[in-house]
Parts: sequence; structure tokens; C-alpha cells
Amino acid sequence: MTEPILIMRDLKKYFTVGHTGVIRRKPIDVKAVDGVSLELYAGETFGLVGESGSGKSTIAYMVAGMHRPTSGTIEFRGRDLFEGGGGRPLDLKKEIQIVFQDPGSSLNARRTIAQNLAVPLRIHKPDEDVISATLRLLELVDLPPSYMYRYPNMLSGGEKQIVAIARALATDPSLVILDEPTSALDVSVQGKVINLLMRLQRELNLTYLFITHDLSLMRNIASRVAIMYLGKVCEVAGGAEFFQRPEHPYTQMLLSSIPVISDEEEALKPAKMVPRGEIPSPVNVPPGCSFNTRCPYVFEQCMQADPQMIELHSQHFARCHLLKAEN
Amino acid sequence: MGVEMTSAVQATQLTAEDIARLRRESRRENWGRAWYKFSRNPLSLIGAGTIIFVVCLAIFAPWIAPYPEHVKPFTDFANASQPPSSQHWFGTDEIGRDILSRVIYGYRFSLTMGVTVLAIVVPIGVVLGLVAGYFQHRWPDTLIMRTTDIFLAVPPLILALAIASILEPNLFNAMIAVSLTWWPWYTRLVYSITTGLRNEFFVTASQVTGASTSHIIFREILPNCVSPIFTKMSLDMGWVIIIGASLSFVGLGVQPPKPGLGTMVASGTRYLPDDWWISAFPALAIVVVVLGFNLLGDGLRDLFAAEDG
Repeated sequence: MTEPILIMRDLKKYFTVGHTGVIRRKPIDVKAVDGVSLELYAGETFGLVGESGSGKSTIAYMVAGMHRPTSGTIEFRGRDLFEGGGGRPLDLKKEIQIVFQDPGSSLNARRTIAQNLAVPLRIHKPDEDVISATLRLLELVDLPPSYMYRYPNMLSGGEKQIVAIARALATDPSLVILDEPTSALDVSVQGKVINLLMRLQRELNLTYLFITHDLSLMRNIASRVAIMYLGKVCEVAGGAEFFQRPEHPYTQMLLSSIPVISDEEEALKPAKMVPRGEIPSPVNVPPGCSFNTRCPYVFEQCMQADPQMIELHSQHFARCHLLKAEN
Repeated sequence: MGVEMTSAVQATQLTAEDIARLRRESRRENWGRAWYKFSRNPLSLIGAGTIIFVVCLAIFAPWIAPYPEHVKPFTDFANASQPPSSQHWFGTDEIGRDILSRVIYGYRFSLTMGVTVLAIVVPIGVVLGLVAGYFQHRWPDTLIMRTTDIFLAVPPLILALAIASILEPNLFNAMIAVSLTWWPWYTRLVYSITTGLRNEFFVTASQVTGASTSHIIFREILPNCVSPIFTKMSLDMGWVIIIGASLSFVGLGVQPPKPGLGTMVASGTRYLPDDWWISAFPALAIVVVVLGFNLLGDGLRDLFAAEDG
């Protein structure tokens, strides 16, 4: 847990969605990711939590190499992932793999499971026998060998997602990006997939970048969690620490909105706060602190200056004018 | 490490025969399922049956046709313009040739025309559509799709007529003419599917893992285009045969004395309505084969739609 495997430094990604005016045209940018700095340690599960449109998937796609950052760097074991102008070298592609949210569209429906799994195998393990490697992969994720020659539409959603996980593992990666891997699945299947992911992490010593909007899931499986709001990180802390000492008003709001059944459970929640408003459009981010439209504690400074990230106590960071570092 | 060991042992417990058996079983299951869906629609079965029948007639024409010599230059004025009888089921034409024999041979020209045109048109159209669709909003897209627009602006029969009349009128030039007008439809069809698929996650996943562009286009995207392509091919066989017959009808396709179905209909029109059989049976033969391909195409479309659903 000491050596960082992935370092993001002041990562920004703007998408140009249009232009203003006619004569003096200025691009209208969506600031999907706006200055994110994070570190992932080898072997951990790092949770990236946020509402829709907070930029969490954009970070995943940049780490996976689908998007180039507008500025900032991502380093994997000391190597810049976007050095040079060209595509990412194969040995880096091998190390970083991604599992998508929708298992229906992430497997090719017209090709068998074996053919789907063979794509990364042929590229990254050209010397190995594809059939025995495929069988080994299916075994690794507890799927029967008879699935080899089936088509994805003959499998359930959970099984498809497990095949997608197997495909990501085909290259023996060290970092796996999980982009909401369970949110498209039935609740009964979610647990099974999560357990599988946790077992694979232990056995293969994987690092997970786990993208989700499910904060309560993170409590159980994430070693550290970052909360994102409008392209910026507002709080980073250990998975359990979040539920004991949420510092940022937005985190408190998220925790308050986790649905619970009994009053006992409600009492376990650290602070009560009624969620209000909706996330503003990332095209039109409010000046100052981007949370100032929804924050109940908002005061003058919030309208003018964007707060800096500070370490409140050991390994607990937050970005809010109200918070001061201990000591 | 421990898991690596055990999974390797268990994976090798499956012999090559086991794997081959798995593969056979899955394949049989998939085909069985497809056949079940296809066979539930009686019309598509009729279509498929008609096509098989016509193809057999065309292939085995020399053995099936009662008077194969009537296809070559031949006259028998004693038996000219005979109505349908037990000797000549479809009657005889104005110079005494057996119409049934000539219709059976005529299918050879029609099917040759259809198969050849599609064999030229489908690979070209599909590859162009894949490339244009995969590079959407980039220069290959603009170049290819604007070219198809130009070709689509001209009605196919008119362009085919123009080309066939500039070149020497025969079956080969008619096929070239129809091919020139037909490929843009496949480009358009495949383009629209490809632009939808290029952002699907299975394409992204292959890109992220490092698959080559040609792998993505031909191994990932193309298999997803196959069912609409097959459906369109079946429906188009009928259309191409009609256009071929139309060109023959106006004298720009199969040249007499060769028995093109369109040529035969044209030559018989002079004897209508009294000697109706000279035109009617070749015309009926066209209807049968075109209808067969259309029914088959509809059946394939339903089959593939059910597969996706």
C-alpha cells in the first residue's frame, strides 16, 4: 500500500460542444474534468463516487486511453500515459484494462464468448494456445467451459458482465478500471459480481479504480474513496472514515440521501442534511466554489474563490472554505 | 499462485475431443434454433423452396429441358405457335421452339445475372460502407458518401440503359451497367449500421486492448452487418433479375437467339393476345423467381429480427 501505481496531476478534460456568437466566436466547453489530482496505490480499491455528469467516467476513459486529457498528466508506474503524440504502446494497454457498465453492449453479440475473449489473448499473448487460455479464463471467473461457443445473448446480464471481467483479465493487467460494473445488473446478481471482483483482486493482486454512484457499496469494498462534484474532487478519505467523519457538505448530503429502512440505521448516519437542488450543467459552472448553489452553509467567500484541497487529518483531504486542517 | 495451478490442471482435464464436442453441440444448437425460427413462417419456406427449385432447374437444365436443342439456333415452322399441349407444356413460339425448354435455360441467364451483379456489388459496397462509417466525420466518410450520393441521384434503370447502349448490348455489359448503379445501396446500408456500432463498448474495448483497425472493422463490426446484408441480397436478387429482364426486353441484355426471359417476353408481345403463351410463360417465370427471392428475404429479415430481440 505504499507505492503509488497511478498518479493523476491536475488532470483536465474539456469537450467543445459549440461556439458562441457569430463574429467573435469563442468555444463553449464542457469542463468534464477540471483539475483532478489523485494517487492510486498498488493493490487497493479506489472508489470514485459522484452523480451523473460529475466527470467520473471521463476520468476512467482517460486512464483507459479512450480520451486524451486537455491538460495535466497521468503517470502509471512513473510512465506518462500520454507521452508523445501517438497511440498508447501495447505494453501499457496490457497493464490497464476496463470493464464497462453495460454488459449488453460491451460484448460483441455476433461472436461467441471464445471469440470475444480471444481478441485480447491474440494481441497480448501471441505465443499461448488461445483455447487453453480461454478455458483458464473461464475457470478463473467460475464459468463452465461449455460457455465457450455460446453467444452473449444466451447468457444472463450477470454472466455477460463476468465474461467482460474475464476479457479485461485476459491480458494479466495490474490496474482494472471498473466503470459502474454492477449498476446495470439485478440486485441479486450484484453481490455475486462484487464477491468475484474481490476474490480476483486478492488472487491476482489487482488494483481497482472503481467508478460508481453507490456510496454505500464503497463503504464495504473501497480502501479509499474520492467524491467528485462537477469535474472536481471535493473530498478524499478512507472508505470507512467517510461514514464516521464526512467533512465536506456535499459528502454529508450524499450520505444523508442513502436510503435506509429503520430508525436505528438512520441514527447511524453521521450528520443529517436535506439534499436540495440538482447538479448544475457542467457547461455553466458557477463561479467560486462549484457547490455554492446547493450548499446550506454557503457564505460570501464561496461565491468568490474556489477553495483549495487541504489535508484535514492523516489521509483525509477536502476542499471547502469551512474546513481547516487539524494541527 | 495456488489458483493458477489448480485452474491449469482443471483446464487441461478437457481434452481436444471434449472441446471439439462442445463446439459441435453449440453449433448444432444454434443452427437448430435458427431453423426453428425460420421454419415457423410458411411463406419463407415457400420462398426457399421456390429458389431451390429454380436453382436446380438452372443447374440441371440440359437434363431437365425436354428439347435442349431448341435453345440453339433452331426453327421448326411446322410446329410454330402451338398452344400448350402434352408435348409442349408451355406451347411453342413463332418459329417452333419449345417455350418450357427456353424458360428453363432462361433461368440460367437470370440467375447468372443476379449472382454476378451481387458478387461484384456486395463486396465493394460493404467495404466502402464499413470504411466510411468507421471514419465518420473524417475525409473517407465525405469522399465515399458523396460519391454514393452522385450515383444514387441517377435512377438505376436509366443509368443501366445508358451504359448498356453505349457499350455493345450483351449480358456481360448489362451486368456491368447494373453493378455500377447498385453498389451505393450496400454502402448506405452498411454505413448506417457502422456509424451506430462504432461507439458501442465492444468496439471501444477492442480499441483499448490494442486491436488493429482492420480487426475492428472486419471482425467486430462486419459480423453485426451480416444479417441485414443477407436480407438485402435476397430481396435484391429479385430486383436485379427484373432489371436484367427489362434490359433484355428493350434489347440491351441477352441477345436472341439466346433465351433471356425478358427477350422472350419482348418477342412474344407481337403475337398478343392470340398467341398469349409466347409472352405469358416467360413472364410468369420471372414472377415466380422474383417472388421466391422476396419471400425468402422477408423470412430472413424476420429470422434476424427475432434473433436480436
